[in-house]
Amino acid sequence: MSASTSNRTPGDRRVIQIGPFHPLLEEPVGFELTVEGEKVVHVDACMEYIHKGIERLAQERTYDMVPILLEKICGICSVTHSVCFCNAAEDLLQVEIPPRASYIRTIIGELERLHSHLLWVGLAGHFIGYNTVFMWAWKYREPVCDVFEMLTGHRQNSSLPIVGGVRRDIPESYFPEARRAMDRLDEQVEMLTAAVLDDPVLAARLKGIGVLTPQEVVDWGVVGPTARASGVDTDVRRDEPYAAYEELDWKVITTENGDVFDKAVVRLLEIRESISIIRQCLEKIPGGELNLGQQHIPRGEGIGRYEAPRGEDIHYLRSNGTNMPERLKVRAPSFTNVASFEVSCIGESIADVTITLAACDPCYSCTERTAVVRGVDGRPTHTFQDLVRLSQDKTRALAREMGREPGLNLL
Amino acid sequence: MANATPRVPSLFLKALKKSPWVFHVGTSGCNNCDIEIADCLTPRYDIERFGMKLAGSPRHADVMLITGPVSRACREPLQQAWLEMPRPRAAVMVGACACSMGAYKDAYSVTGPPDKVLLEVDPDARFVYVPGCPPKPETIIMGIVKLLGAL
Ligand code: SF4
Repeated sequence: MSASTSNRTPGDRRVIQIGPFHPLLEEPVGFELTVEGEKVVHVDACMEYIHKGIERLAQERTYDMVPILLEKICGICSVTHSVCFCNAAEDLLQVEIPPRASYIRTIIGELERLHSHLLWVGLAGHFIGYNTVFMWAWKYREPVCDVFEMLTGHRQNSSLPIVGGVRRDIPESYFPEARRAMDRLDEQVEMLTAAVLDDPVLAARLKGIGVLTPQEVVDWGVVGPTARASGVDTDVRRDEPYAAYEELDWKVITTENGDVFDKAVVRLLEIRESISIIRQCLEKIPGGELNLGQQHIPRGEGIGRYEAPRGEDIHYLRSNGTNMPERLKVRAPSFTNVASFEVSCIGESIADVTITLAACDPCYSCTERTAVVRGVDGRPTHTFQDLVRLSQDKTRALAREMGREPGLNLL
Repeated sequence: MANATPRVPSLFLKALKKSPWVFHVGTSGCNNCDIEIADCLTPRYDIERFGMKLAGSPRHADVMLITGPVSRACREPLQQAWLEMPRPRAAVMVGACACSMGAYKDAYSVTGPPDKVLLEVDPDARFVYVPGCPPKPETIIMGIVKLLGAL
């Protein structure tokens, strides 16, 4: 199951199956690479192994419980999803959260970005067989988790965000230690960045592979550092500021080439930016209320946007006036980034594809959204047309329920 | 534990205790537990100094680390990977999800905690449970050490 197996298809094409349990992948995910000799001609991803149905579960939780559940969408983006949901609910409520709460959200959000980017740098090194970088980056990730634990009580899942603010305060007595940790980390990351940028082996291995042009980025809806590495200047933190980003001094990092090397550079430079954001927050954090108290969420809908470490995360929330969401829709950044494999991997050699797949830092926990329930001899039963028909039926049923005529474009 | 695997010569057990190779299976958790397992390999925790090593295939492994509740799609791959593991074999359930399905208990696409899923194909299977969401790397290491003590 774990080892790659090959079987012949007509012509000289072969299909290589990777996964679902593969030592290189942390999560169970299946890829099918179609290759001609060494060259990859087609990539197919199988998105069902980690589907858990969290959107459905969220409809059975009260608004106070949902952010905690959403932390479990993805282990790395736990702050992302809970804050994004709170953004959606606050958009629905049209309220501003207290300033101290927005600073706390910024601090935990940036700490998360720090440990996520360091984790990626390490994994990228691991994928190309450069384990020194893996060990190095993960060693520097530890102090970040320590600071997270000092401030929130847990290494990753803080359970802090709630609708209208944050649940608990972060203790100021730990701020000096957090500051010192950031200073140390800054030096270490500076060294790591210089080492990675100067390394001739890494340059030879990563430059010019897995290139996404700016046009492809726009066409495929790629977001986050993957898009910024191709020179597409997008960042929700600046474009539609939430939390405290408007009051802080920081810049959006972009590079030009769009290859795997540049994606690494963007992330390494973003680490430095995040450190600076956290330092500013620790300086400037105001006192005051932590949250707005219990909120009654009225009937309506809201949209939350959040710049996750991997790109733009969107939550859509519909409320029917009860204490549980009527519908929650999560569009995680990896969902659009994974689709771009279709352009970035084609024509690369097999050895380069693993790192190209990893380059957008795909998170399959966020992405997987199908579960094949019944199938004849293990094949999926739905074609694209079936899915279109099913979703049209659903839209019609919803329209009928809401007493509206279905639009003409449904036919 | 010794009763469960009576055919195993004691030399094997001794060798296993000295240097257990672990195979990591993520069965649809949130990947935080998986990251903490990978964290055990890195300089601060460095489980390789105890002779533990992440194996690339279940056929090379003595201990299976399982994270997450078992989704429909993961069910058969998990059972198959377990049966591929040579005896004596044991599993460590890492995290609340693997112990009891945690937050996903009522989800429509999960089919049961991994221990039940494995007992279906191997009634002799033995487990150690490490709770936490996710457990800290120290706790995971302690779980494996306890397992070795019980063998
Ligand atoms: S126990 Fe918690 S951290 Fe581990 S996989 Fe489950 S939800 Fe994620």
